Amino acid sequence: MPAESGSNRRPETGAFFQRDRSWHPPALTPGYKSSVLRSPQKALLSFDNTLSEIAGPVFGHAMLGELDADLIYNFAKPGESAIGERIIVHGRVLDERGVGVPGVLIEFWQANAGGRYRHKKDGYLAPLDPNFGGCGRTITGQDGGYAFRTVKPGPYPWPNGPNDWRPAHIHFSVFGHGFAQRLITQMYFEGDPLIWKCPIVRGIADKAAIEALTASLDTQATIPMDALAYKFDIVLRGRRSSLFENRLEGN
Amino acid sequence: MAQSLDRLKESPSQTAGPYVHIGLTPNFCGIGGVYASDLGATMVNDKTKGERIGLKIRVLDGTGTPLRDALVEIWQADADGLYNSPVEMRGAADPNFQGWGRCPTDMDTGLCTFETIKPGRVPFRDGSLMAPHITLWIVARGINLGLHTRLYFSDEEKANAGDPILARIEHRVRVPTLIAERQGDTYVFDVHLQGEKETVFFDS
Repeated sequence: MPAESGSNRRPETGAFFQRDRSWHPPALTPGYKSSVLRSPQKALLSFDNTLSEIAGPVFGHAMLGELDADLIYNFAKPGESAIGERIIVHGRVLDERGVGVPGVLIEFWQANAGGRYRHKKDGYLAPLDPNFGGCGRTITGQDGGYAFRTVKPGPYPWPNGPNDWRPAHIHFSVFGHGFAQRLITQMYFEGDPLIWKCPIVRGIADKAAIEALTASLDTQATIPMDALAYKFDIVLRGRRSSLFENRLEGN
Repeated sequence: MAQSLDRLKESPSQTAGPYVHIGLTPNFCGIGGVYASDLGATMVNDKTKGERIGLKIRVLDGTGTPLRDALVEIWQADADGLYNSPVEMRGAADPNFQGWGRCPTDMDTGLCTFETIKPGRVPFRDGSLMAPHITLWIVARGINLGLHTRLYFSDEEKANAGDPILARIEHRVRVPTLIAERQGDTYVFDVHLQGEKETVFFDS
């Protein structure tokens, strides 16, 4: 119970705010061809969260290895390191109320500096970096903060249109305190002109929503003569107060 | 003008893409030595209480072809119907059962298998009991926002008949899309993303 450890406050048990589905990309975005046969077409079944959605798994800091949040070194041979622009990515996991979400697992993955993934399905001609695996993870601190070190991923071409390119991006998988908060998204980099041309990004209708996935260069957080920094906050669904609702433990 | 509600917007979702394994199951796709094992690969141990069951899940696209690059996560209560979660106020869940699992679909067959236990019944908001069920969350290339649904059990006919979520499904012919078929100790469940047999997905 990371949120409340060392406190006698009761954990929050309220249901989550309704998801604003017009803010997310819809299931069917024909410009992104893979969505055409993989998008549900019937109406979703809507209901207020039950305990099955309000509850969620907890991951403890004990599972983390020393280099889990350091992609420059976690796959590298001893004494070597990944090639590319060294960057720090940091930010907070918040909920829609603006409250930090502590103790939640974040996993991230990305292509190397040349835009190549270490995956048998990726045949892009840019070479693999023998010292770069491309995965990392961390758990948010008491204020919802997180940070990791990596190299800036390269953009790459992908089979969709005849000449489509993905902007540089890092994939994020985030748990909240309830399974209904579960989210996967991608972080883009400020100033990348490919963002606005990408069919996956353009599935999102609202420009402000796209900007919410674009990390800012954070010169205050750079390490001089070492690494640039980007700040990326992630927002999960907010939780209703259960003060005036039935207690989950029964009436 | 009235006061601002001062709320943030949820981060918009983006697809997990075809390389989701790198981040979530690196050992499965040959990236060894970073994590000792893939998270969520093992759900039960010798001390876990409850009836051992297997799940065989496939995710099929609009042509009926199984996805070979999807990832399925499951979330469930323990044998007594308790969640291993801080919001569980009714008692302490089985310490040998986290209740969460993760499995990529096989790159050749599209099959996704879990070894778990049959969950007990969990109360609905009004205190009545829901039928035993497992929550599913599915991501893949081409899925823009993770899909949420449930797996119910074919040998729980009576409980299923009284389940308040299944009862909300207007078109009754769609109820079977949420019910896994028991074959020995294994339940078989096909998720149809589209078409006549499209699975009932949730907005909750």
